[in-house]
Amino acid sequence: MRFLKDCKSDVTADLVYRVCPMHLLEPSELIKDLKTGQVLEILTDYDGALDDLPAWCTKHGQEFVGVCEDESEDIYKLYIKKLH
Amino acid sequence: MTQVYLDHAAATPVRPEVLEAMLPYFSQRFGNPSAVYDLGSDIKEVVEANRAKVGRLIGGHPAGVIFTSSGAEANNLAIKGAALAHLKKGRHLVVSAIEHHSVLNSARYLEKFHDFEVTFLPVNKFGQVETERLQKVLRPSTVLVSIGHGSNEIGTMQNLPELAALCRAAGVLFHSDAVATVGAIPIAVDDWQVDLLSLSGPALGAPKGIGALYFRPQLRLVPQIHSGIQENGRRGGTENVPGIVALGTAAELAQGELEAGSRHLKKLRDRLVAGIQEKIPYAIYTGHPELRLPGHASFCFEGIEGEALLFLLSPRGIYANTGSACASKALKVSPVLCAIGIKPDVAQGSLVLTLNRVNTEAEMDYVLAQLPPAVERLRSFSPVWRKKIAAAAGGQS
Repeated sequence: MRFLKDCKSDVTADLVYRVCPMHLLEPSELIKDLKTGQVLEILTDYDGALDDLPAWCTKHGQEFVGVCEDESEDIYKLYIKKLH
Repeated sequence: MTQVYLDHAAATPVRPEVLEAMLPYFSQRFGNPSAVYDLGSDIKEVVEANRAKVGRLIGGHPAGVIFTSSGAEANNLAIKGAALAHLKKGRHLVVSAIEHHSVLNSARYLEKFHDFEVTFLPVNKFGQVETERLQKVLRPSTVLVSIGHGSNEIGTMQNLPELAALCRAAGVLFHSDAVATVGAIPIAVDDWQVDLLSLSGPALGAPKGIGALYFRPQLRLVPQIHSGIQENGRRGGTENVPGIVALGTAAELAQGELEAGSRHLKKLRDRLVAGIQEKIPYAIYTGHPELRLPGHASFCFEGIEGEALLFLLSPRGIYANTGSACASKALKVSPVLCAIGIKPDVAQGSLVLTLNRVNTEAEMDYVLAQLPPAVERLRSFSPVWRKKIAAAAGGQS
């Protein structure tokens, strides 16, 4: 797991409080609309996303850039770069 | 026997067009919208099409419509869901003193179990929340203000755009229980800067068991029913597809009839109100005389008990209410009437008449023929009333 201090993104999906498996369903839809090289930021409070999203990237050939913890809000910010 | 049903705030008959639209979804088109095969994915499209119809009726984006089981559930989700999602801001809520139980008790739940502080905001004698008074109670820690759009008990409507704009400017979320107004008057939830708005199917001619919460799509909400992907992860439980189709159909019908329907209801209501005021002395018209729901007439008749009046009217085929459906059953003096300054003994004589598009002028005339003698009869049984009238007559002579 790569921990980031900051990461720029092109699109943000705010999935905070939205229950599992929305952290997988919504990004898989949103990433379709991104251009190759663009970065999707996913905001979530769901711990399971830390395992699920890297695994989803591996399975679908996208790059999992890393995770940033926002302690002020108790949420995670996870970043996926679109490779194809 | 003539039957005149004037308790549409408690329950309405399902509209025939609505029933026809929803029937196929009980049997032929029964698929689960979450299923990946076409029997399910087709149903998902139906759900989304009806979500859009509900959004259109209230001037909101379809993505902000969450289907619920009732207006009460929508109020619970709005208040608990929004308050708990914004704990970082604070733990102060404001609700008006005349809200529905589902609003008041959601606020009390947060007070009891989540250390919130709740301000129960008083209303003026017409049942209106005054903007200046709201402004005074807002704090930096205020997370949410909840003020119902129209009161089912006294008919008064609030100035929602003004109240919502105040909250938006103060950075406070604004929710409105609009069960009484959606479908009765035009609503523009986004233009009015209302963050959350509850509505109910039965009020529109859909069956009981369906409602919706509208929320500003960027807003975070903590789900109150936890499950999976239904309603985009915000409200669990397999979708009530027949109910959703019914609500969407009813919303579409209501939108097409808003202007004519409202005109029709106002005409009937004004006839009813004028007749009651003319024929029954010591009748207090509760709520705001003009800024009120088009199909709503509410009175307190001095010297009688509203419950007794209902029992007397029922054999004459007239069905009405004494307050909100829940409060009426509890035989408790209405907190709404207390909040607008009606004395408890007078509040006991409450009668609430709520009309619907199917009511007619002839029905109003029938009520005007039956109601005055019923009130008179009950008053004749009351020694307290007889004494009061005698004293009044003595005072005049």
